[in-house]
Amino acid sequence: MISLLLGRIGQIIPTLLVLSVLIFGLQQLMPGDPALILAGEERGDPQVLAQIRAELKLDRPIVEQYVHWAGRVLQGDLGFSWRIRQPVAELIADKLPVTLQLGLMAFVIAVCVGVPAGVISAVKRDTPWDWAANGVALGGLSLPNFWLGIMMILFFSVQLGWLPPSGYVSLAEDWRQSLATTIMPAIVLASGIAAVLMRHTRSAMLQTLNQDYVRTARAKGLANRVVLLRHALRNALVPVITLGALELGTLLSGAVLTEQVFSVPGFGKLIVDAVFNRDYPVVQGVVLITALIYVTLNLIADVLYVVANPRLRGA
Amino acid sequence: MSASVALTAAPSPAGLALRAFLRHRAAVVGLVIVVLFIGVAVFAPWIAPYDPLQTSWTAIRKAPSAAHWMGTDENGRDVLSRVIWGARASLLAGVVSVLIAAGVGVPIGMLAALGGKWTDAIIGRITDAMLAIPFLILAIALAAFLGPALENAMIAIGISATPIFVRVARGATLEVKVRDFVEAARAIGATGWRVSWRHVAPNIVPPLLVQATLAIATATLAEAALSFLGLGQQPPAPSWGSMLNSAQRFLTQAPWLSVFPGLSIFLVVLAFNLLGDGLRDALDPREQ
Repeated sequence: MISLLLGRIGQIIPTLLVLSVLIFGLQQLMPGDPALILAGEERGDPQVLAQIRAELKLDRPIVEQYVHWAGRVLQGDLGFSWRIRQPVAELIADKLPVTLQLGLMAFVIAVCVGVPAGVISAVKRDTPWDWAANGVALGGLSLPNFWLGIMMILFFSVQLGWLPPSGYVSLAEDWRQSLATTIMPAIVLASGIAAVLMRHTRSAMLQTLNQDYVRTARAKGLANRVVLLRHALRNALVPVITLGALELGTLLSGAVLTEQVFSVPGFGKLIVDAVFNRDYPVVQGVVLITALIYVTLNLIADVLYVVANPRLRGA
Repeated sequence: MSASVALTAAPSPAGLALRAFLRHRAAVVGLVIVVLFIGVAVFAPWIAPYDPLQTSWTAIRKAPSAAHWMGTDENGRDVLSRVIWGARASLLAGVVSVLIAAGVGVPIGMLAALGGKWTDAIIGRITDAMLAIPFLILAIALAAFLGPALENAMIAIGISATPIFVRVARGATLEVKVRDFVEAARAIGATGWRVSWRHVAPNIVPPLLVQATLAIATATLAEAALSFLGLGQQPPAPSWGSMLNSAQRFLTQAPWLSVFPGLSIFLVVLAFNLLGDGLRDALDPREQ
């Protein structure tokens, strides 16, 4: 097990190295001189410009700039926000819990909807139930989540007045208000993932239902419910769990738009605000942290897959 | 004689695929919707009842009526005309960004599969690294650094979608390169270039076609998202995403503003997804 983990980590290191080069390279795409943007009103003063260039090593060769940047990142220093003059790492640490709460709620909703829908769809294959579940899943995949958010605000907030249209209250402040402010964004975030989970569960269930052990369980005279839940679903869930872990990464993408629609001050809104304020270190930091989360989830998914599937342990 | 009859009667792989595709009713519906929207985008100047940029201070935020089927917006512009012209931006962005992604990704993917071990390893690590950044976040970051404009959004989406094409092209090439006809071409002395261009490339088209169709759905959605955030098509030029962005400010006064652009995005993305699913079933020999 440990050798498996070490092997996977060994594979990740070159990927992370390339990733760091790509994210560092982003700033080379930026039009104009970063020192000019940073200097603001003092951009006419050559002394100020020279001082900024020296501080950020902008006057050094590109390789040296990268080594300097990567060295700082390794120490947890993601630089300073150009806009609010606060460490980027602090800003991200501030906003991440909000998005994690949203993401976790969305994931629970997606599992509660997607997995049962997939099971029903597989068991009742080629019936109206199956067609309906597939249709809804395809709809969930094609629906722009920011539009779904707007439509939900229109219906539940504007028409019915049941839920607040925007804003965020933390769990620690008031859990009821927190749920009221996050339930709509969580449902919106869950829609796409529920669709993916439904499709995965359906195909995994269809595969396990054809296995010998399921046939044997039926032949033994076990109740249909027991065969489905204890024998088929338990095995079908193995690939679903691992793919589900990967979907958590997709949540971060979805959060960008959802948080914008519902004005939730999370990780996604941070990157959008940073983009409009031309606060490039924040954009870089958010991309880096997102990628790190994604790579870690990938690793967990890999390990979970092996843990849940003893036949792969020797591999 | 009977052998020749059997030979002429055997349907070609393309014929089989077409038959399988036509049996897939949902895919045919997807194709019809796609063709319809392409028609709307191409003939926008003739179909749109009004100039999409024409403001009218006497027709601000009017609900749908006989004169304005989808109502008017906060500047008195006809929403139907803007939705029709918006189809251009959305479809163009979807297709162009996928062309960029495929144009860059397919040769690189083929190179990874046909080149040496080191080439494959280096390309593999770069692809892994790009895939580690969620698609939309990469597109937003690229669009942010390139500057807000429809062209830059297309480039950003195209670059973000490239690693998927590298993966698909590499996988398909690996599968094709060990087939007998490729081995035979090598055996009679065909150059590496000729083998990849004449023998491998035509045979990796089916999986790439499926990927491209599904990628257009994702790219269209991404363009709408970038325009919604203000990083794509810039106002006053119409695009479904930017229309939704401004509609959000008038949810209570003019709810119709947010219904039609969103519905259009949904229909186009759904149609491309249906088409992609149908093509996958039709082009996968195991399905036939």
